[in-house]
Amino acid sequence: MTKKSVILLENVSKTYPLYHHIQGGLKNFLLRLPKALKSTIETKFEALSNISLSIQQGETFGIIGKNGAGKSTMLGLMAGVLKPTSGRLMIDGRISPLLELGGGFHLELSGMENIMLNGVLLGMTRAEVKKRIGEIIEFSGLSDFIDQPIRTYSSGMLARLGFSVIVHLDPEIFLIDEILGVGDMSFQKKCLEKMMGFKTKGVTMVFVSHSISEIEKICDRVCWIENHCVKMIGSVSEVVPAYSATMND
Amino acid sequence: MRLTYYRDLILVLTQKEMQVRYKNTFLGYLWSVAQPLALAFVFFVAFKVVMRINVPNYTLFLITALFPWQWFSNSVTSANGVFIGNASIIKKINFPRYSLVIANICQDSIHFFLAIPALLIFMLYYRIWPHWSWFYGIPVLFVIQFITTFGLSLIVASLNLFFRDLERLTSIFVMLLFYCTPIIYPADMIPEKFRCFLNFNPVAPLMVNWRNLFLEGHMDVFYMLISLLYGLGFMSLGVFIYKKLSYRFAEVL
Ligand SMILES: Nc1ncnc2c1ncn2[C@@H]1O[C@H](COP(=O)(O)OP(=O)(O)OP(=O)(O)O)[C@@H](O)[C@H]1O
Ligand SMILES: [Mg+2]
Repeated sequence: MTKKSVILLENVSKTYPLYHHIQGGLKNFLLRLPKALKSTIETKFEALSNISLSIQQGETFGIIGKNGAGKSTMLGLMAGVLKPTSGRLMIDGRISPLLELGGGFHLELSGMENIMLNGVLLGMTRAEVKKRIGEIIEFSGLSDFIDQPIRTYSSGMLARLGFSVIVHLDPEIFLIDEILGVGDMSFQKKCLEKMMGFKTKGVTMVFVSHSISEIEKICDRVCWIENHCVKMIGSVSEVVPAYSATMND
Repeated sequence: MRLTYYRDLILVLTQKEMQVRYKNTFLGYLWSVAQPLALAFVFFVAFKVVMRINVPNYTLFLITALFPWQWFSNSVTSANGVFIGNASIIKKINFPRYSLVIANICQDSIHFFLAIPALLIFMLYYRIWPHWSWFYGIPVLFVIQFITTFGLSLIVASLNLFFRDLERLTSIFVMLLFYCTPIIYPADMIPEKFRCFLNFNPVAPLMVNWRNLFLEGHMDVFYMLISLLYGLGFMSLGVFIYKKLSYRFAEVL
């Protein structure tokens, strides 16, 4: 295998400083400067520690783990939304992130306006979004609701909108954080078909999910994160049974 | 290509801001004229009717500086909410975050431009005619005010994520600045020995120039240079703070 790796993490760690002074405000911070400084330096939370992995071009890579293990943090790092505290992170290609429900949308705007907003934020020009807007609405199946503000949408409808915009972007590297779970059967099927299509086209995908069956269906390799560290990386048939076994007790 | 993209990004974000705030464009237009005019009316009653300030054409005198000031103060005050109000976008997509600040300023500057016809009506009423120098004067002052506002907004928007009480401090600061700037009174009413302090006020030279431009069709070159220096200074500071903090935005939202 001499395929080039498009995502590379070398000893990546991510700590969140716990900014207590956010609640206290500037006044408290200045009034108690030495103590406040000390506490921001000392109280840190390590969400990911020393992660090394590489994902090849065209691979479908799954990430599994318990709640709070650090999966979303990992995708946030890959999407460039978060910056690693230490270590090296290399991304080669255009990232299309679909991180959690309603991300990249504004609740007060209509579905239509949000497609434009989201498309432009993700790197398309207005002309490019306009060219695809018909397809996007069609794929989402939301044409009856497209002029409603999306705060009235159900979670499944939000997932439909988000997924529809992003798959019409010609993604090179596609990041998905458990979003399909809220869609109904027919939409989940449509999404999986779309992702299978991407797979044959050679799009790299990183897929976070709690649905083991979905992971088994589309992933080539899986990374299991436990306690903010990599517990295991390998093929689906190695990692998934080991992970499932710990879930039962 | 990249430039088209940035233009579209700012355009869509500005449009979004308008849609979120006003729902429909007509209401937005009404607001852009009504808000500064209402304020002007209050000052007119207080200073002309009650305190009998001795300034000819006081209404016009007032709004020629009040309109640009409203743009400045609205932008800087609302900068506090720019990143917080767009948390759902910032946490999920990596795009240039400062574009949100630019869109916020563009939004208020549109209101400023939309209010200029109202200013023209007052000018015609007082038989003062627009001057040719507006054609270069307005763009020059616009750019200076834009970079000043951009710098201050970046500082406020970035720091407010880390110190959430900054919002209150900003409104106090903006209010103090308002009364220290010759907007409701002419600069020459300030006692001689204090007048040099005007140059320490980062927006006073700018506002005085707007008024001179609108009323007399000329700008004070010295004031223009000072306000440009302030603008560049704030912009550098703003960009510096933004660069230091922007990679943390998604963590603290
Ligand atoms: N902005 C933040 N500030 C401080 N701590 C955070 C922040 N974001 C996440 N964390 C912490 O980092 C840890 C990992 O969070 P993350 O969202 O990556 O979990 P996850 O694996 O996606 O969980 P889930 O399966 O529930 O989605 C959690 O313990 C969480 O408390
Ligand atoms: Mg998560």
